[in-house]
Amino acid sequence: MTIEELQDIGKIEKEKQEGFKYRIHVCVAAGCLSSQSGLVKEALEKEVARRGLESWALVKGVGCLGLCTAGPMVAIEPDGLLYQGVSVSDASDILEALGGPPVNRLDCSAHLPFFARQRKIVLENCGHIDPESIEDYVAEGGYEGLYNALRTMTPAGVIEQITKSGLRGRGGAGFPTGLKWTAVSKTKSNVKFVICNADEGDPGAFMDRSVLESDPHRVLEGMAIAGLAVGANYGFVYVRAEYPLAVKRIRTAIARAERLGVLGRNIFNTTFSFDVTVRLGAGAFVCGEETALIASIEGRRGSPRPRPPFPSELGLWGYPTLINNVETFANVPPIIRKGGAWFASIGTEKSKGTKVFALAGRVNNTGLIEAPMGTTLREIVFDIGGGVTGDRKFKAILTGGPSGGCIPAQFLDMSMDYESLAQVGAIMGSGGLIVMDDSSCMVDVAKFFIEFCMSESCGKCVPCRVGTVQIYNLLKRITEGGGKPSDIELLEELCDLVKNTSLCGLGQTAPNPVLSTMRYFMDEYKAHIEDKVCPAGTCHMNPTE
Amino acid sequence: MDEKEVDRIKVNEDRRWRLVNRTMRLHGHQPDALIETLHAVQESFGFLDIDSLKYVAESLRLPLSLVYGVATFYHFFTLKPPGEHTCVVCLGTACYIAGSSNILKTVEEQTGIKPGETTPDRKLSLLTARCMGSCGLAPVVVFDGEVHGKMSSASVLENVGRLLNHDD
Repeated sequence: MTIEELQDIGKIEKEKQEGFKYRIHVCVAAGCLSSQSGLVKEALEKEVARRGLESWALVKGVGCLGLCTAGPMVAIEPDGLLYQGVSVSDASDILEALGGPPVNRLDCSAHLPFFARQRKIVLENCGHIDPESIEDYVAEGGYEGLYNALRTMTPAGVIEQITKSGLRGRGGAGFPTGLKWTAVSKTKSNVKFVICNADEGDPGAFMDRSVLESDPHRVLEGMAIAGLAVGANYGFVYVRAEYPLAVKRIRTAIARAERLGVLGRNIFNTTFSFDVTVRLGAGAFVCGEETALIASIEGRRGSPRPRPPFPSELGLWGYPTLINNVETFANVPPIIRKGGAWFASIGTEKSKGTKVFALAGRVNNTGLIEAPMGTTLREIVFDIGGGVTGDRKFKAILTGGPSGGCIPAQFLDMSMDYESLAQVGAIMGSGGLIVMDDSSCMVDVAKFFIEFCMSESCGKCVPCRVGTVQIYNLLKRITEGGGKPSDIELLEELCDLVKNTSLCGLGQTAPNPVLSTMRYFMDEYKAHIEDKVCPAGTCHMNPTE
Repeated sequence: MDEKEVDRIKVNEDRRWRLVNRTMRLHGHQPDALIETLHAVQESFGFLDIDSLKYVAESLRLPLSLVYGVATFYHFFTLKPPGEHTCVVCLGTACYIAGSSNILKTVEEQTGIKPGETTPDRKLSLLTARCMGSCGLAPVVVFDGEVHGKMSSASVLENVGRLLNHDD
């Protein structure tokens, strides 16, 4: 296939869709589907047929429109109208309003800042294209990056662009992607692997899920470009079994891409072949760690092993392996299409590009957002997020889930980038943001996360296996009113031990939520221990015990 | 049970094993097929019983201890047969902040069972989950695979009651 043929596929699809005067986009990502958007789509299709408007209005299922809390969401193109909370009975009114004034009761314009303040690179197609149609993706310039990389660039040239872009791993640690790719490409081996880490285990994060459900081809294209750059011909998508829709969409996408000849053997009639297989995770948080993930793909228990050797030398079945997160791969096609310099012009000095966040908790606009690196926390919570629900006071925001930390109100004007977050004792993590108001008890939150890490610890190394249990027991005692003044010191000592002596990232970061809540909310710990009172009223204190 | 029904069950049983065998064959009966195969067993039978673990171990030429180790390591796999209906309370961060622990407590009180258990009449299994990825709808409870968002203790109780008293 030539670039002209590829572009023709896109052009035909675009003309076909633009032939309709109106295009009704119904969100069919998981959030809206659980609010019955599937039925809404059916109702709209029926209504279009009933009115005999099949050649005039197109009803299309699209990926995440972002504002999950207001689902099911429906967008009307080309008017750019957005409806929220649509139910089956609204179908007739929506069609009636086409070309006239919008249906006021469903209007979503009050949430305008939510959309206006974002900048979309990874999510540029979310809410626009049908995730099950490869033609729709091609119409938006899809697979052109792969074509360019194959036909006009050398593998070294591809890596150079990625390095120049300043892209850093979006899975949490923020390791420079260019460096990782270079390491794998330099290791000599006939067999190499590319793995896409879609084992989104952070409870409270749904970015990877939304990307896979809304724009799966983007991830596949990114993986194929990575395969070309590092010299790998096999790829694995390791995805949570708890995300059945994401699994289904990525499988469909692989099949369609193979049929079109943009995956599989001799891609674009070159000598380059790249096969992608889906592997299901089975619910183990530790499998987000790369060596544990590799063990899991090999069919074993997900226990990590010491590094070095890093997977770039000794990975899957002993071969050099490149592991990147879903969002990292999703950033690759636009970088190749538009150049590394373009990407590097967005963001801060050391953190380039945008970051996708899953905004949830006590905030008005919960949903999927994307903002340039360096956006302040205040903009995210109050402009995009629309502020705290009810008239309650903002207390803290959690970043990075069980490995992250709580950021208190005094840092609201902090810029969201890898360095600033590390400075206040939090991490970027995969991008889960949970907003908390004054009804949340910080000691209880710390207990919640350490309980999570305790149950997710794989049990291989002692500090993590035993340490997390001891920290949990201490916090449990404190939240039940049995805390002693010496517990604070004990907690600090234990956290320090677990953090510095655990084998993998899970144990090394498990104490972070405890440490950061102790750092900023010591008064709450003291209230629990000394006064036997939970200031937020969440903990059930039984001081007599 | 008449003969016809026994035959029908046997055929269904075969069909269920066929999916399992197919999965192993697709992966060339290699050791790395283990987790995929266990997924297939659980999809077919609803849980992993010891006989199926033995069968998988033999087919993939793996020690039973290793198969058992993998089956018990991953939270997604269950070795107990589920009840007729399932109620999964999400305890992810967003749901927890929104009060899902209280929801869980009410369900425990109403049904008298703890997470991971099934009511004595085998009507309902109570489970917990770590994030369904529908945080925008917190707190979330999943009844028989259907996600229900923005739940309260009252609405969950109503659903649980419906499942418990449902006869067919």
